[in-house]
Amino acid sequence: MSDFAIELKGIDKRFGAVHANKNINLKVARGTIHGIIGENGAGKSTLMSILYGFYQADSGEIFISGQRANIKDSKAAIAAGIGMVHQHFMLVENFSVLENIMLGAEESAILTKGITKARAELKRLEEQYEMEVDPDAIIEELPVGVQQRVEILKAIYRKADILILDEPTGVLTPAEADHLFRILAQLKEQGKTVILITHKLREIMAITDEVSVMRRGEMVATRKTSETSVEELAELMVGRHVLLRVEKGEAKPGDVKLSVRNLTVRDSRGVTMVDNVSFDVRAGEIVGIAGVAGNGQSELLEAIGGMRSATSGTVTLSGQPVDVTGPGDPADMRKRGLAHVPEDRHHTGLVLKFEEAENAMLGYHRDKTFGQSFLLDVDAMRKDAMEKIEQYDIRPPNPRLKTANFSGGNQQKIVLAREMERNPDVLIIGQPTRGVDVGAIEFIHKRIIEMRDQGKAILLVSVELDEIRSLSDRIIVMFAGRIAGERNPDASEGELGLLMAGVENKLEAAE
Amino acid sequence: MDTNTIVVLLQSTIRVSVPLILTALAGLYAERSGVVDIGLEGKMLAAAFAGAATAAVTGSAITGVGAAMLVSVALSLVHGYASISQRGDQIVSGTAINFIAAGATVILGQAWFQQGGRTPALSADARLLTYKLPGADAVRDVPVLGPIYSGLISGHYILTYFAFAMVPITWWVLYRTRFGLRLRAVGENPGAVDTAGISVVRMRYLAVICGGMLCGLAGAYLSMALANGFVKNMSAGRGFIALAALVFANWKPKNILLTCLLFGFLDALSIYSQNVELPIMSSIPDQAIQALPYILTVILLAGFIGKASPPKASGVPYVKER
Repeated sequence: MSDFAIELKGIDKRFGAVHANKNINLKVARGTIHGIIGENGAGKSTLMSILYGFYQADSGEIFISGQRANIKDSKAAIAAGIGMVHQHFMLVENFSVLENIMLGAEESAILTKGITKARAELKRLEEQYEMEVDPDAIIEELPVGVQQRVEILKAIYRKADILILDEPTGVLTPAEADHLFRILAQLKEQGKTVILITHKLREIMAITDEVSVMRRGEMVATRKTSETSVEELAELMVGRHVLLRVEKGEAKPGDVKLSVRNLTVRDSRGVTMVDNVSFDVRAGEIVGIAGVAGNGQSELLEAIGGMRSATSGTVTLSGQPVDVTGPGDPADMRKRGLAHVPEDRHHTGLVLKFEEAENAMLGYHRDKTFGQSFLLDVDAMRKDAMEKIEQYDIRPPNPRLKTANFSGGNQQKIVLAREMERNPDVLIIGQPTRGVDVGAIEFIHKRIIEMRDQGKAILLVSVELDEIRSLSDRIIVMFAGRIAGERNPDASEGELGLLMAGVENKLEAAE
Repeated sequence: MDTNTIVVLLQSTIRVSVPLILTALAGLYAERSGVVDIGLEGKMLAAAFAGAATAAVTGSAITGVGAAMLVSVALSLVHGYASISQRGDQIVSGTAINFIAAGATVILGQAWFQQGGRTPALSADARLLTYKLPGADAVRDVPVLGPIYSGLISGHYILTYFAFAMVPITWWVLYRTRFGLRLRAVGENPGAVDTAGISVVRMRYLAVICGGMLCGLAGAYLSMALANGFVKNMSAGRGFIALAALVFANWKPKNILLTCLLFGFLDALSIYSQNVELPIMSSIPDQAIQALPYILTVILLAGFIGKASPPKASGVPYVKER
């Protein structure tokens, strides 16, 4: 038997004009955790989809345990012992855990017999790999971390020896991510081979044995994890030297620009999402809101941005009170000098089917620059968009291209350019670098600091604690809708982590 | 109202419910697999024509039923090709089938039989068979039980018993078999089915074929049991009512039985009140009663039964994400 669980030779794949994979060679040793990193669009997912039979390579060969394999569909991949945990889980949400695990591996035409067997086997696997799940729980009622465990169990149930995980930690809290890594280590110990696709360098360093770097469809390097560094990997990914640390000077806070008092927001079910929150943001400072996703940060941003009405409380913008308990009016907030970069650029930040120039002015379309009457001045729009494209280095530099065709990082730059270039007094930003690659992150961070130094008041919400710590001048931690505490940016990660987990003092945590 | 009136009314309810049940179940198979089937009406109509025409020409009921199912399955495959293989808009494709059926049945009927779009009246052999349950005659005179057993339960078409049996059978198929598990999965998250190594396209075709067969039976029932031959536009919106019953039933087999019986009862009531003076009914215009199922559907769907939760992937063609 070969020492390599997987060997890829000369894999090549094109989608029309896009050369997604160029002559890829890769060897993955049996019983190891092998990381594959690269920016968005580097071809990692395409490569793994070829391995899982989702796509066919145009040319090249795949060897599994030294045997040449012809993986023509997912069925063949499963038969070859490959299991995949997709970035967006492939689970039927209103099915039970057991039904999801059985789907496609039912054994017989009538389910009854298979169910008993599957239940027993699932119990055995849970014990062997220390992954507890209730087989009768309905998927949509489970936390994301548990859903992911179901995906892993699904693969192991199908006797997978090789497990591919595509960006597995994107949806997890830090604690859930740690749990996942323990499971992966356990799998490795039991002799499974794990391939971990990610763009988070710290995960690679923490858990992998070897790491391969992809850039623009090519496999540019493979290193032993113990012999490389975050800096080297980042440089290999981007193809140039990257500043991972944000450089910024001392903040010079001025007048209070945004003042929030006793703000309470309930969602449509009547659940209190933001609970009596008060804080100020001054001109020339960045206030970061840290917290695990779902602790009220999104609702807070939406209420301030006029996209959601608050139940009670007041917001004062540049000294003027704003009616936040009313129906909400984002356009009015914009007029008052507040710019909002929403958390989810696909759903609220952009219309993906529109061309770039349209998105670059959406929300400001009543501005006289873009037309005097009810007709839009298309030339003015495109000229304005072109200026932003140059300033923010948005690629490809084509204002007429459909927004869906830009990469995540460039889409985010379109939103940022639109909101920042209107010279707002207050800027509220949600998840500025979610799904954005390393090169663009560097640019976006620099730009946010520049805005601060121009005297803007900035409220920043991010689930990436590193980002909050490196950008903020003050950090507010939210837990269960309340402010759990305020800290300086030099507070340790551990201290902030405890606040994020709702632990009020350290003694309790130590016990 | 005496027992007799009630029995007559309920018997009539059962008679008119049959095509609704069959068609709603047809829709269930298709929609649970993720294919929206607005062409039920057209398929039922085309099947009614094919069944009556074939039975009239051959004099054989079985051949007629076979032809009805064949035509309905063929139309289902057209819909399947457009919406599964070509990933077209399922509403447009379904609507096209409705139009084709409405037009083609009349044109072909006129060309073949020259009776203004009708098919010739069927001989006794060419109509569907009824079935008398054992002992029906013996208990006829027993009070209460007699009329219920021999009048209400016995003596229906074999297809009627089949339609009612299909409800628990469909439930069993859906929740207790491998086919059902995959069918439900493909309508909720086809990606999960695909990555589990099962062909999404194959599952969806199987589902629309099941739907086509049931819809064909509903059509045959219309022209070979309820009526004595095909009449222009004889499905008269039943396909849409069945679709409403399906939505109202929240895509669940047991509920389909109840909603179809409810709609059938309203229909029976309006037919009955045209012939017999009923105490309250006489003051209400017929049209209002006939419109009741539609009005009820709108009201109920507008929020009285809570939110309808259709299969998540229903109406969405499956494309592997790039």
